[in-house]
Amino acid sequence: MRKGRAAVILAGLAVAVAACGNAPTTTAPSGEASAPAAGGGDKPLQGVTLEVAAKWTGAEQKNFEQVLAAFTEKTGAKVTYASTGEDTAAYLGPRIQGGSPPDVAILPQPGLVQQYADQQALKPLSADVVKEIDTNYTPYWKELGSADGQVYGVLIKAAHKSLVWYRSQAFEDAGVQPPATWDELVKAAQTVADSGTPPFSLCGASGWTLTDLFENVYLSTAGPENYDKLSKHEIPWTDPTVTTALEKIQQIVKDDYLVGGTSGTMQTDFPTCVSKVYGTDDAAMVIEADFVAVEAGVSGAKLGEEAKYFPFPNVGDTSPVVLGGDVAVAMKDSPGAMALLQFLASKEGGEVWAKLPGYLSPNKNVSPDNYPDELTKQLGQTIVSAGDAVRYDMSDLAPSAFGGTDGKGSWKVLQDFVRNPSDIKGAQEALESEAAKAWK
Amino acid sequence: MTERLDGRQDPPAQAAGGPSPGPAASPSERRRLGPSPAVAIAFLLPAALLLGVWVVYPIVYSIFRSLFDAAGTGFVGLGNYATIFSDSGMLTTIRNNLIWVVVAPIMVTTLGLIFAVLTERIRWSTAFKLIVFMPMAVSLMAAGVIFRLVYEENPDRGVANAILTTVHDTFSTSQGYPEARPRGGDESPVADQNGAVVTKQPAQAGRPVLIPIVGVRPEFMPDNAQPARADAAGDGLAGTVWFDFTPGGGGQNNVVDAAERGLPGMTVEALQADGQVAATATTAEDGSFQFEGLPQGSYTVRLPQSNFETSYGGLSWLGPTLITPAIIGAFVWVWAGFAMVLIAAGLAAIPRDALEAARIDGATEWQVFRRITVPLLSPVLLVVFVTMIINTLKVFDLVFIIAPASVQPQANVVALEMWRVAFGGGNNQGLGSALAIFLLLLVLPFMIMNIRRFRRGDS
Repeated sequence: MRKGRAAVILAGLAVAVAACGNAPTTTAPSGEASAPAAGGGDKPLQGVTLEVAAKWTGAEQKNFEQVLAAFTEKTGAKVTYASTGEDTAAYLGPRIQGGSPPDVAILPQPGLVQQYADQQALKPLSADVVKEIDTNYTPYWKELGSADGQVYGVLIKAAHKSLVWYRSQAFEDAGVQPPATWDELVKAAQTVADSGTPPFSLCGASGWTLTDLFENVYLSTAGPENYDKLSKHEIPWTDPTVTTALEKIQQIVKDDYLVGGTSGTMQTDFPTCVSKVYGTDDAAMVIEADFVAVEAGVSGAKLGEEAKYFPFPNVGDTSPVVLGGDVAVAMKDSPGAMALLQFLASKEGGEVWAKLPGYLSPNKNVSPDNYPDELTKQLGQTIVSAGDAVRYDMSDLAPSAFGGTDGKGSWKVLQDFVRNPSDIKGAQEALESEAAKAWK
Repeated sequence: MTERLDGRQDPPAQAAGGPSPGPAASPSERRRLGPSPAVAIAFLLPAALLLGVWVVYPIVYSIFRSLFDAAGTGFVGLGNYATIFSDSGMLTTIRNNLIWVVVAPIMVTTLGLIFAVLTERIRWSTAFKLIVFMPMAVSLMAAGVIFRLVYEENPDRGVANAILTTVHDTFSTSQGYPEARPRGGDESPVADQNGAVVTKQPAQAGRPVLIPIVGVRPEFMPDNAQPARADAAGDGLAGTVWFDFTPGGGGQNNVVDAAERGLPGMTVEALQADGQVAATATTAEDGSFQFEGLPQGSYTVRLPQSNFETSYGGLSWLGPTLITPAIIGAFVWVWAGFAMVLIAAGLAAIPRDALEAARIDGATEWQVFRRITVPLLSPVLLVVFVTMIINTLKVFDLVFIIAPASVQPQANVVALEMWRVAFGGGNNQGLGSALAIFLLLLVLPFMIMNIRRFRRGDS
């Protein structure tokens, strides 16, 4: 088997070398192969077929397929979409092992870029794509798609994770205003609780929502530099800065503040916690990203009227802006794959997508004016204007055993912490030991 | 060729000759009955090939792979196996598997036996068997989805808790103001004491006792509640219990504001210094209360806990403590019908005369069942039992679907952990392979036992 794998890798390298020399590859019919990625002529990739794998389903999938259709329109390449389901790593793992990965994969976590790069499952981006990235993205984004100094991925879709959504009626009933600082938030929570509505609907069953909460608090209390260090596990999780952040979280993780108490919270997964705020009107606030808007709409709440948000309040000195996002990578070195990545990284591709609902672009040249509604425009504006100060979701930068698996790593420890918030020290030690295992 | 084939056997030549039609039956072949090895091999080959590709090779490669690290490049020897027995999460999975193996097969076999024996006696046995067997027609994954809903904590959605709360509520009705609590803080005149609300200062007659309550859920606010009365000071000890929150905000804490309403129907107790209840009163629609005929003195006023009792919400089936029993329940639901059908078939084969003889000799029905039926059924029972052990050892889908993500670590079993470690984010196929081999070793003894039984049955 070892020999077999070596042969596959060698073959891959051979293809890579061939592609660098603009030679024809198996996926491109030889007639048109002389015009690969950049595409000077008319529909340079006629007859080429590509497979793209991403986790999106439903409306998100339809929107993405519209973007793919625009690509087909431009280049002639036929693109098929494969849904990976919620667990992208579980889908891609066997396909990489089996030697038949999709041409392009959209990874939900930059942490996977490093992981797959180590497995030599990714193909470095061609010079044209890198040039496109340089013109459209800040260096921080480029860095996120890179591993060991080599650029592998393009960040094509962003999610704004520093928001607190609230039901305006609940705030009016309690007579509170959207808070700007953490202390005000805790006070507002107390007032809302006194009014008879549990203030928070936490999505305890979905571990990633808890890591998002932690990241916002940590970025604000410890500052971006410590944030970067902790993301790379350069400081241990037993650090006092982590203690401070957990102490702050402790203030809101109380039975009186959580709808259904702690036990109910731990069985509430992501979209359900939103419907508890906007559907059944059980709670007042849900702390999650911009995509809450979609779920709030499903629950029948009108954006901007019933469903409103405020920026995550300042816990410490920094105003936290934490983003999530999806990275597109090439798993086969074909001109078609590179052309698609270039299209997705371009202003043109970004603007096709931006006109559809539920999308935020990290591309600085995609003007927020393209977004279909006022709310998204504002969000897009904050991302562009925050520039270098934003930080990427820490758990998504971590190895997925630590930051991206149900029942493992930080997801599990933070869930245990919400169950038993008094044990900060125990939580920190558990986090550190999980991190030590994952970073190894 | 023909000559050699007909003559003394020469295997390599035969292999080259391939399957030849019937030469083995020639008269010169006296020493052996049946086809020649060549024909045997030819017939065996497809099966052997499939077995080799789909069973032998994967097992051998898994063993080999389990000796390497996550990347597949570093040799770690038995390191992965050591991890299985040192990691606390893995030990939980092993503990859970143990619970499964001990509990589930016994329950399935016992229930199957009970159903089989009882259905023999009833008229509509076919219909009954059909219903009990029905879950087998549902895939385990669909069964998981069904039971995820059954165990839902909210009694409005989960059947299990709906039944529990209905039964509970017929025996005791909850009333009052669940989840309401006294206003906190130093300025508040009252405090929480083990779920009850007590005044911090002893109350005196002639001075109204104010008991501010907050956190009353809108659905529990009585419709007949009137604006609270601030000066409920009649003769003797009196006061007001009210919802200390002005809708829309702006009210003063611990003060009865104009828009705030009283809480009717609260039980109020006056306590003497030694803790004895001296008098009891109930609040009126405006929240006021008054103790009649109470001797002069200083009392502590208390709202007993019964005012705030949360209505019974059933059990947290999907919580960390009950999750494994809950999933085993779903497993039993699926497999009990299967066990019943097998055992019923065995039951039909029992000679009736043995049962009749026992009855004529005066044995009770229980003795017949215990001494005759069960011993005669034991081969079938054992087959069902062992099959169930194998099924429980490799249980995966029910756990994966029923347990919410937050309790997956507490519900985890070896088969699920194997998949998670190897593909679900962990991507450590070395450790995953080690778990697979561990699982194989657990299943193997039962497999061998089953095969032996079948063989003995044949002879």
